[in-house]
Amino acid sequence: MSEHTVPLKLYVGIFFALLALTGLTTGVAFIDIGYFHTGIRLIDIIPLNTVVALAIAVAKMLLVILFFMHVKYSSSLTKLVILSGFLFLGILVALTLADELTRNWSPVPTGWGAFLPYLHR
Amino acid sequence: MPEEAVADMAAHTAHPPGFAHQFENMEQQREAGSLGMWVFLVTEIMFFGGLFASYIVYRSLYLASFETGSRLLDVRFGAINTAVLIGSSLTMALAIRSAQVGKRQAQVIFLVLTMILGAAFLFLKFNFEWRHDYMEHLVPGFGFVIKPEWGAAGGHVPMFFCFYFFMTGLHALHMIIGFGVLSVLAVMAHRGRFTPEYHTPLEVSGLYWHFVDIVWIFLFPLLYLIGGRYAMGGGH
Repeated sequence: MSEHTVPLKLYVGIFFALLALTGLTTGVAFIDIGYFHTGIRLIDIIPLNTVVALAIAVAKMLLVILFFMHVKYSSSLTKLVILSGFLFLGILVALTLADELTRNWSPVPTGWGAFLPYLHR
Repeated sequence: MPEEAVADMAAHTAHPPGFAHQFENMEQQREAGSLGMWVFLVTEIMFFGGLFASYIVYRSLYLASFETGSRLLDVRFGAINTAVLIGSSLTMALAIRSAQVGKRQAQVIFLVLTMILGAAFLFLKFNFEWRHDYMEHLVPGFGFVIKPEWGAAGGHVPMFFCFYFFMTGLHALHMIIGFGVLSVLAVMAHRGRFTPEYHTPLEVSGLYWHFVDIVWIFLFPLLYLIGGRYAMGGGH
């Protein structure tokens, strides 16, 4: 059994789709689509320009991964390994932000400076 | 000599070119090759992921500075380079396809085209874009000048440019390495080393090249686009 050969037309089609998405994301960057309010603390204001730009980037990535990198025709094991990579990237970003964004939630105890008068007595 | 050993030797002499004996068949060998490359690419995702994660953190801390910095970049270079890199991904995919259908000359042509497009990307980036940034005093550590018109956001604009140069620099380093790999592949292809049955070096190098393309697909919006370009009033 031979590996899957992607038709030439599909490759060229993907190429033009990627070019079109590049043009689209560049054009949208010059239009203010505004903000979306979620009402949830930390992520209340969602800038829609950022959402659209990243959504288009993800779409482009999927086209490259599935067709140019033949993952659509790869084994489930390969797909699982790729998903695990993105899962760990998600953990890296999510846990880093969970620390960074919540630092002001609880009152921080007075720093060591408050003890200086006692140290130098 | 036992009969089995003779049959075994016959099987060995008859195996297709490039077939390694530890594998059951060519199918399994191919899958092991691309799986191994993907494991490496997952480590690369985490390698770039550290930069992406810190970009996200510092952007959330100094949003105004990052938006100011982003608007100072010339979006035309970013967009043209995105198109150039997508084109190089197409020619890379077509080089592999040429090997799959057994066209030797086409492999060499598409590999050389991929190298030309990769070199064009680096030429635009280094010779025009980075030089332009240097002339505008936008390189941290090399005469960076915080301009008064940036206002209160100005203090952390060098932070954005640190990310810009480290991220595009690491990406460019990957492209230079890829360029070297491609030049070796072009010679191998010219010598007829790749057949429809065996072209694993071509396949896994293609995965690497496409991965570098994907990194740029994310760097382009993160660095050039999501800085509120609509607020600039007119073109750049």
